[in-house]
Amino acid sequence: MPFRRVKFVFKTERIKSPVIYELGHKFEIVTNIRRADIDSENGWVILELEGAVDEIERGLEWVREQGSEVQNLDGDILAG
Amino acid sequence: MPNVQSLRCKECGRDYPQEPIYVCDFCFGPLEVNYDYDAIAKNISRESIQDGPLTIWRYDELLPASRDNAVSIGAGMTPLLKAENLGKELGLNNLWIKNDAANPTHSFKDRVVSVASTKAVEFDFDTIACASTGNLAGATAAHGAKAGMNTMVFIPSDLERGKILGAAVFGSVVLVNGNYDDVNRLCSELGDDRRWAFVNINMRPYYSEGSKSIGYELAEQLGWRAPEHVIVPVASGSLFTKVYKGLQEFAQLGIIDSADTKMHIAQPFGCSPVAKAFVEGQAHPKPVVPDTIAKSLAIGSPADGMYSVGIANKTGGSGTIVPESEISEGMKLLAETEGIFTETAGGVVISTLRRLAREGVIGPDEETVALITGTGLKTLEAIADSVETVTIDPTIRSFDEVVTGAAVS
Repeated sequence: MPFRRVKFVFKTERIKSPVIYELGHKFEIVTNIRRADIDSENGWVILELEGAVDEIERGLEWVREQGSEVQNLDGDILAG
Repeated sequence: MPNVQSLRCKECGRDYPQEPIYVCDFCFGPLEVNYDYDAIAKNISRESIQDGPLTIWRYDELLPASRDNAVSIGAGMTPLLKAENLGKELGLNNLWIKNDAANPTHSFKDRVVSVASTKAVEFDFDTIACASTGNLAGATAAHGAKAGMNTMVFIPSDLERGKILGAAVFGSVVLVNGNYDDVNRLCSELGDDRRWAFVNINMRPYYSEGSKSIGYELAEQLGWRAPEHVIVPVASGSLFTKVYKGLQEFAQLGIIDSADTKMHIAQPFGCSPVAKAFVEGQAHPKPVVPDTIAKSLAIGSPADGMYSVGIANKTGGSGTIVPESEISEGMKLLAETEGIFTETAGGVVISTLRRLAREGVIGPDEETVALITGTGLKTLEAIADSVETVTIDPTIRSFDEVVTGAAVS
């Protein structure tokens, strides 16, 4: 199964939402948290996602729809 | 390299062997070359550096590849020029321009690709690859040619013809039908799928070390001291962090007495996640969709953005967001005062410099270096609307009428 390394950034209003739990239940995706920093106002989580490519894409789109940022952990590859 | 101990995770500190890897398996932090500075200190001196070649490889003790294997087309030791005319214009009496447009393919990318391609040879790769919209393409293609390696340079198919040809002349260029995100995704997949040396993926820990040579050169060319200010254009943030690292390493090794340089971030309005994070007091830059004429700075999701913000804060530096309209102004100002035609990123740097001088962030007598990373000849379209010319008939009468404005009887 393909893996993706991503970072979720949560806004204050989403801090209390179990986004990662729901991601693993709504989609065929295994989530594996590696690093995180969350307080009462802001938060980010770095995690690995395992699943079919299309399923991961659908899952990430759902995370965005929930109001969280999704970042590719490796940053942009295409350079000037 | 005997001077390299390991690759080390910048986040959790876990060590890895020197391999073509770039991310920590445990915390997903970026890997960075970890040197044995005690061993280096025994071998390096101002004299040993001065005895070396007039390229980045004069600093090979502090690079992660061997000078003996160097894939070199002469990157490095670019001019550091006293900018008296520009300084007078801005009220700065101690201003220097580091002109990295003088590199073989006309940008600082030759430094990083020289290291990456040398490391690729040491790892026994037969193919070197990159994804680029400009400077990196030319640098990778040229070094791949010099190394005799297969070269895969991926470029969006809608890129300006001149930029495509500038890389294609050295060998194979692959035009990809799709936008920037499509090229990013394809190259990420290829990076996982093929045993290639991808300069800014699996070679990244080594590749990025090449930028330290700018910091070394600044110190050496200033007479073995660190400047008080450096203004650096920021894309991924890698260059910014490595110029700082270079100066710090020289101080740590006693090559220079100290390195208290204030590091200043320069970004264009249309892609300024790092400068914006600095200004807003945020540690983590928020990704953006780039929309700037400074194409070489169009990295919306900067891998080293967070580290750049940290360094700017730690050193007492700054973050400047330059309006798009001021980019060509900066390019013209540098050209008209110092005779240097810079790319758009240089326009961002010069406009940042002008703002910092006006605001008093940089004092009139403080030693300041503005880093020019590439040539304007690759981005002529950026100044097409702001440069004026006159046309005359081939007669002296016409010349006098149009150019000198002399009355004609």
